[in-house]
This record gives sequence, C-alpha cells and structure tokens, in this order.
Amino acid sequence: MQFMLLFSRQGKLRLQKWYVPLSDKEKKKITRELVQTVLARKPKMCSFLEWRDLKIVYKRYASLYFCCAIEDQDNELITLEIIHRYVELLDKYFGSVCELDIIFNFEKAYFILDEFLLGGEVQETSKKNVLKAIEQADLLQENQNEDWGGLSDDIL
Amino acid sequence: MCVADTARDVSGNAHCKSKEAEIKRINKELANIRSKFKGDKALDGYSKKKYVCKLLFIFLLGHDIDFGHMEAVNLLSSNRYTEKQIGYLFISVLVNSNSELIRLINNAIKNDLASRNPTFMGLALHCIANVGSREMAEAFAGEIPKILVAGDTMDSVKQSAALCLLRLYRTSPDLVPMGDWTSRVVHLLNDQHLGVVTAATSLITTLAQKNPEEFKTSVSLAVSRLSRIVTSASTDLQDYTYYFVPAPWLSVKLLRLLQCYPPPDPAVRGRLTECLETILNKAQEPPKSKKVQHSNAKNAVLFEAISLIIHHDSEPNLLVRACNQLGQFLQHRETNLRYLALESMCTLASSEFSHEAVKTHIETVINALKTERDVSVRQRAVDLLYAMCDRSNAQQIVAEMLNYLETADYSIREEIVLKVAILAEKYAVDYTWYVDTILNLIRIAGDYVSEEVWYRVIQIVINRDDVQGYAAKTVFEALQAPACHENLVKVGGYILGEFGNLIAGDPRSSPLIQFNLLHSKFHLCSVPTRALLLSTYIKFVNLFPEIKTTIQDVLRSDSQLKNADVELQQRAVEYLRLSTIASTDILATVLEEMPPFPERESSILAKLKKKKGPSTVTDLEETKKERSADMNGGTEPAPVNASAVSTPSPSADLLGLGTGPPPNAAPAPASSGSLLVDVFSEPASAVTQLAPGSQENFASPDLASSELVSEEPSEAARGADELTHKFVCKNNGVLFENQLLQIGLKSEFRQNLGRMFIFYGNKTSTQFLTFTPTLICSDELQSNLNLQTKPVDPTVDGGAQVQQVVNIECISDFTEAPVLNIQFRYGGTFQNVSVKLPITLNKFFQPTEMASQDFFQRWKQLSNPQQEVQNIFKAKHPMDPEITKAKIIGFGSALLEEVDPNPANFVGAGIIHTRTAQIGCLLRLEPNLQAQMYRLTLRTSKETVSQRLCELLSEQF
Repeated sequence: MQFMLLFSRQGKLRLQKWYVPLSDKEKKKITRELVQTVLARKPKMCSFLEWRDLKIVYKRYASLYFCCAIEDQDNELITLEIIHRYVELLDKYFGSVCELDIIFNFEKAYFILDEFLLGGEVQETSKKNVLKAIEQADLLQENQNEDWGGLSDDIL
Repeated sequence: MCVADTARDVSGNAHCKSKEAEIKRINKELANIRSKFKGDKALDGYSKKKYVCKLLFIFLLGHDIDFGHMEAVNLLSSNRYTEKQIGYLFISVLVNSNSELIRLINNAIKNDLASRNPTFMGLALHCIANVGSREMAEAFAGEIPKILVAGDTMDSVKQSAALCLLRLYRTSPDLVPMGDWTSRVVHLLNDQHLGVVTAATSLITTLAQKNPEEFKTSVSLAVSRLSRIVTSASTDLQDYTYYFVPAPWLSVKLLRLLQCYPPPDPAVRGRLTECLETILNKAQEPPKSKKVQHSNAKNAVLFEAISLIIHHDSEPNLLVRACNQLGQFLQHRETNLRYLALESMCTLASSEFSHEAVKTHIETVINALKTERDVSVRQRAVDLLYAMCDRSNAQQIVAEMLNYLETADYSIREEIVLKVAILAEKYAVDYTWYVDTILNLIRIAGDYVSEEVWYRVIQIVINRDDVQGYAAKTVFEALQAPACHENLVKVGGYILGEFGNLIAGDPRSSPLIQFNLLHSKFHLCSVPTRALLLSTYIKFVNLFPEIKTTIQDVLRSDSQLKNADVELQQRAVEYLRLSTIASTDILATVLEEMPPFPERESSILAKLKKKKGPSTVTDLEETKKERSADMNGGTEPAPVNASAVSTPSPSADLLGLGTGPPPNAAPAPASSGSLLVDVFSEPASAVTQLAPGSQENFASPDLASSELVSEEPSEAARGADELTHKFVCKNNGVLFENQLLQIGLKSEFRQNLGRMFIFYGNKTSTQFLTFTPTLICSDELQSNLNLQTKPVDPTVDGGAQVQQVVNIECISDFTEAPVLNIQFRYGGTFQNVSVKLPITLNKFFQPTEMASQDFFQRWKQLSNPQQEVQNIFKAKHPMDPEITKAKIIGFGSALLEEVDPNPANFVGAGIIHTRTAQIGCLLRLEPNLQAQMYRLTLRTSKETVSQRLCELLSEQF
C-alpha cells in the first residue's frame, strides 16, 4: 500500500499515512485530487478505480471516507477488508467510533494503525493482539499520569 | 487527557464560525507555542509534550508547521512512555526524510532498540518503518535482521522488525546486506504465531522478487502453510479467522509470494494444485455468512489464487475452471466483483489455454459495455473486449466498440479510438472494412482521432493498391456531408490528391467536382489542413490537366499569395510557379504518386502502450509533444519529391535516427497477402530494416555472436552498479549473461544524441516466447532523457539473436540510469530479468582541446564553490598511467598534455551536450603512488554535472 487517507464528506482530511517518500507539495496535490475524485462518485459505484498508475480502493463509513492507494499487483478485495478491520479496531477501542473520536484522539488512531499496518503491509490481523498492544501502552500512560496528578490544566 | 484537551483548545470548532476566525486563532496559538519554546525558562517534559502535541494537531488540521522538531526529538529520549510516544508520532508524521535531525533521531532510536524493552523497541521500529530514510537504512539495516532472527525476540517485535526491514529494503536495497539471516527469515513461514508469519511473508515476497535464488526454499514452506490454512476448519485459527474465512490476509500474501516463482517441483506442485482446487471448490459452496466481509475475504483469496493460476499458465484444467468462475462473477449483483472479474479475465485472455474459454463470454461483456452504470466498470469491459479480440470476432467487437463510442464518456474516448484503430488494422482481411471503420471513427469521434490514426490509414491505403479506388470513393462520399470533421478533410484531401484519378471517370465525381468539394471546406480549416489541401491542389494539376487553370486561379488569389501565414504563402507561391514553368514530364516526376511506406510497427500501438503504461498522467504532456515532433516523418503531408520546392519538414528528426529508410529508398514491400498483419507479428523485421537505411553515422551494427561470447562471461552475479561502472568508459560489451540469455551492447553517441543496439542472444536450443524487453525510466529521468525504441519479435528461436535499437536523446543532465526489464517464457516458466542500462551522463561528452593558458583561464572562471566537486579515494586498480589515460579518453573528455606543471597529473576538458544546455567541464586527476590514492577535481558550470561526473569517474581507477 502506498498511502491511506481518511477524509470527511466535506473533504476535510482527518488522517493521512504515507508509506512512500513524497514531498509535502505532492502529498497535498494527491490529497486534493483524490478527495475530489472520490467525493464525486455515486453511492452504488464500485469501490475501485484506476488513478495514475495506482489502484484506489475506498469505502465510506458514515461521514468518513477511507481511501487506500495500492499497486498494480495488490489485491483490491483484501484491501477493502483492511479498511474494514481498521474500522472495527477503532470501533472496539473507542466504543462505536465517530468522526469526532478520530479528530480529538488522532494520536490513538495513528497508534492503532501502526500496530495493524506497518510500512504499508499488514502486520497483525488479530483484533485481540492489536488492542492488547494499545491497552498495554495506555496502561503505561495511566501509571505515569498519576505522578502528574494536578497538572492537566490548560494555559490557553 | 492531554491530547484531547489540546484538540479542543486548538480547534475550538464550536467557537470558530468562519475560516478566518480559525486561522486567526491558530496563528495566535502558534505564536504562543513558539514563545514557550524560545523562552528562557526550560520547559519540563510534560509541557514540551503538550505543545508538540498541539503542533501536531494544527498540522493535521491542514496548516504548515515549520518548528518544534527539536522539542520532539528531545521527547524521544524521555523515559516517560507518553512523552516518547508523542515525540515519535511527531517525527513520523512531520519529519521528511532529508532532515538533518535524522542523526539525533537515530541516536534516540539506537538507545530504544538496545533497551530490551519491547514497548520502546516497538516505538523505535515503527518510527524507522514510517520514516524509512536512507540515513536510517545506513544506521539500522545491519542491526534489524539480527533483532528479527534472534531467538529471544518477542513476537510483536519480530513482526515490526520484519516490516521495518521491508521498508528499508524498498528505500535502499543496496544497504540491506543479504546473509545468514535470510535462511532463518524463510523459516519464519513455519512460525507458530500467525502474526509473525503474516509480517514475514511480506518481507520474504519483496526480497524474493530481487533475489529469487536466495529465497527459493520459501516455495515449499509457503505451500504447506497455505495448505494447512485452506484445509483448516473455520474455528481452528481463532482470532485469525475473519468472518468464517481462515487467515485471508495471510493466504493472499502466501499466494502472492508463490507468484515470484515458476510452478514448483512435481511433489510440491501436487499439493499446491490441491490447495488451488480447494479454493475454487469453496467458491461454489453456499456462503457461511451473509455479511459482505465474508464474501469479500473469501473472494480476495479466490482472485489471488486465480492470479497464481494465470501466472503459472501451465494447468489447462485450472485455467478453464478459473475462467468459468470469473464468468459467474461477470453477472454477479456486486459491482465490485463484476469489475474484478472483467479485470482478471483480461489477463486470462492472453493465455493460449483459456483464450477460447474467455471468448465464450463475449455477449456478457458487450452487455456490460451497454448497461454498466459505472464508467470504471465500462472501461474494464472495453479492455477485456480488446484482449479477447481475434480474427473470428473482430468485426463484432469493432462494431460494438464503435457503437459504444457514440455515447462513451469523454475520459475514455481517445483510448477507445486507438483500440478500434488497432483492432481494425490488425484483423482486417478485407481492407474496405478497415477504411470504413476508420472513417466511421472520424465521423463519430473526430476530435479524439489523433494524428497517428489518420496517418496510419493513409500509409495503409498507399501501400495497398487493392483498396485505393475504394478509399477514394468512400472519402469522396463522406466529404459530401455538410459538416464533416477536419480530420476527414485531411484524409480526404490526401487520398484524393493521390488517387482521385481512380474515380474521376464517374461524372458524379469528375475532377472539377472533386476540387470544388475540397475547396468548399478550405476556409473552415486550420492552417496545417489548408497547407495539406494546397499540396492536394498541386497534385491535381498533375492528375487532371483539364482543371489546371481553375487551380492556378485559386493559388493566384490574394488570399493565398498574400496570406499572412508564411507556410501557406510559400506553398501557394511555389506551387503556382511550379505549375506555370514546369513541363508535363517534370510535373509528372515531381508530383508522382507517393511510394509505399516502409513497414514498421504501428505508431498507434506505440501510442496506446504509452497511454496505458506506467505514470500515465505525467506522460500526457510528452505524448502531446511527440505528436508534433516524432510522428512518421514520411507521412508529413508534403507530397512533393523534388527538393527544389519542398519545405523542410519541421518534424524531420535529428540525424534521421527516429525513422526508417527514406521513402524513396524504401524497398517496395511485395504485396503479399498479409502484409499488414506482418507488421504486427514480426516487428523485429522492421527493426532490422532500420539499419541499412540510416546508418551512415554509425559503424555497422553487425555484431558477430562470437564476439559477444568472447567477453567476460556471467556478469549476472555482479552488482548492478558495478556493471554500469564497467560501461562508463566503453560502449560495447556484454551487459548480462545467465544460462539462458546473453545481452550484448553496442552504442554510439554524438553530441546530445545516441543510439544503442541491444543484442539478445538465446543460449538455449528452445524458443523463448512472449519475449518482451521494456525500458523503465523514473518520471524524473524521463524528463531528462528521451528513449525511443520498438518492440522486438516476441519469439526468439533457440540459438538465435535478436537486436533492438534504442534512440537516445539527452534533454538535460541526469543521474539515474534507465532499467531494462526483460520478460519471457522459457519452456513453460516465466523469466524476468532486470539490468541497469549503462547510459551515463559522460556519454554526451565531446572532447575539447585547449592550450595550457586557456585551460587555466577557464579553470579560474569556474571558481564558485558549487561548481567544483572534489573526491579523494583509494585506488582500486593498479595505478598505470597508460590505462588511466585510456580511461579518461574513454570517459569522453580530451586528455590535455603539458597543462599541469606536474607531469604525473592528468588534465581533461570537454563539453557535455544536452538539448537544453551545453556544459563546459574541466577535470584534474592527481595520483599519489605512495599512498595509493587519487584526488579528482571536477569544475563545470553546473553543480549537478560536476557532482555526477565526479561520481562516475571516481569509480574507474
């Protein structure tokens, strides 16, 4: 997989993950182009399309579009299920996930993704194992936060 | 929780009603963070984390962030997990791979990898995999394989290490050393933990593609793993079962790994065939769940299995079963499955075992073209129709495509036009059908008919006298339409100018009527078309003396003779003069019918390949350029043979490298029945024809095969870069050799142009089939180096040698080398070879002799620090002055004697020629015999050129 983008129906990018080195300018251009292309497609259309020399696999969940770019040899259907499994992971972690969860807990969305996909390839498909890794990390976090009890204030 | 608070603070979505308000708020926040970072008071870890997190959030909202990196790097070395974690996240998302911070980051990573704390190790590995820069590869490519195969590494760390290594291998394959660890990695396929197997399989697949020998034991292991998975009950694999499908991701990966290899040995093969049959059988079973996830996962495995069956292309039974399965999907209610079935069938259509089976689905595919609501699905249907077309169904398929063209989406019209044109030509038995088809194309989609298409119909009509009368009659009739496309006027003008006499006997198409008909379109046409029509008129003067005065009157009119366009004016003046002073004999000679065009690969096919090839988007611009610059020079519509009046064709290509022999010299092709088909099935003959036509500038390309063999054998084992280095100072030699294939090179360069002959020798006694060499350039290289070539004959007989010519133009200086990829079938197995083609910048050197005084004057002029590049290096070969001299000359520069006061030093000068610039280059090489070292100094007017030449030359001594 070359990259994964999450964006809203309004075209707002919510998460981006790039597995190939690209300049910021290129990333922005690709994002703009793809968001436009995908949003223009009708609901019953097929989930795959050719774009440049890549294959795009996308799926909409409520207000969010999940969009992956894969290479010619890669398998479209299994990519569709990569998206679904990621959504399941988010759902399980947040408890019926919504767009706001991803906005306000973006770092969790990234950590979960890194446990599931690494370098553009599936690393661990077991839901249990992925969530176990995240929960362990959360545990570390909790333990340390205790030391800082009174400090979670805000300066803004 | 800090992060969530941060997010709410910064975005304040509820409060920011307008975009401006949001920007204002964010700028205020950025200023605040900046002042905190710059403040005198050192921030504690918690605040640092908080602000870094805010920056990250602002970046993800779509704003640019240009600070905070240092603070993020500081967080990496914190012992607190949350701080470290946010530091790593910031680095992964925001640091580009060139950052100078990488060294600091690498240090932190190194500590975490050594910490033996699996959570920290995981973070560090994820960061390497996310950034994946070359600097990271340099630092960790040696270390990670050790972590990966160490006995005491935790499973989750192993998984990360495998994919981390994969990412580094993709970025910098040269930095990942193969070694003992590879065999241990292969055995991870047997690991108990399915997550480890899943990660390792991706790594092994990528490594096996480049080093098949090293990883070939993975085949039997992958087959037994796959076999265990597909025969397991749906609950056996516990959490690795996904909607009742056992380990679908791993299955797909294993099937993909097997596609790196030819069919395995009989024992393993039997087991694999069983697996594939099981997968095909399961597709027929009733679904275990109604959820789409179940059918998607199951079918993902099925499609990957079909890909493997097609890749092996050796089991007719499986191929036909695969085809039937896809046939069912063609009518499935899921759009996704219909799309994939069409796509997959396209590759099946090219297998001899399944071509016929694919053809039976023609009606369904045609129906898809008519009824699918999604353009991407219709596109797949067009592709499949094109792939399944052969002589038996060409008329039907072409007719359906033409039908569809009337309503087709604009985005795919040009491609359909090209496909129709190719099929019509390839499978034409009756050329009147071909002419009708092309004229229909112009009528239906004239705007999408590129020049290649109408040039081609003219070439064919001129080369086949049995169709000329019909063509003249048909274009004449088509031109009767009140509004016809300009492309039709072009074709009509050209054909009537050549063959109007064949229909002039009919009073309904008398010379005057033909002329009036054409001239009625004249004023509506663009300048190039008008220029073509003027040439038609002068041809009419010769064909039909009775309307000479009418034509002269037209040429003489002010609108022609005083036309503002120089080209039109010149044609009018010259043609008028020619028609007035030349005798009938001279006219007849000068304006004689065009000689047949040399046979060559259809330029339309080349164009389609280009269109469908990689990086389609970036190619578009270039394709457009080429349309004017490279199109068949011979068909430029100036049908006048005498040089006295011919205007120099703007499309004539430099050195005549791009085209075949000039039309006059063309050996008239015998009108054998299947002339055109030959063009396609034996493109190699077109290539060999090239040589006698335009080789004055080059030495004879006949390279005796004995000469090829006498070179050092088997260089396959050598590193790719080393190979390129070998050719830096010479132009001929063996580029590649293994047991099957030998590739020899012979090349010539002058100024910014070059020509390379590639000789493919089949060392076996068996035919190579579907022999396809392809040149691959990155987008960047493509814009700097223009390569053109023609396909070679797909069949190479045992012991035979085929040659391919590559025409080269250097547009601007470049660093990379193009890659030559060769794919073919040998005795049922698929072979794939990739070598770098040694086209290096120094090939475009022209030596410049100069005196000592001049040399030093120029040397001083190039004293800018960017202009000079210096390298001090150890001698790799014996330091023999004579060999050194020969190498400098071979490198392309002049060797200047008596310039350097120290006679032991070498001094050279030359000019690098590119299309866009000429770059003067000076060089000095100082050997130090005692230390066995050299110092090489390059000065040129362009930094990148100095850099590249210094790299190239440093490798030679």
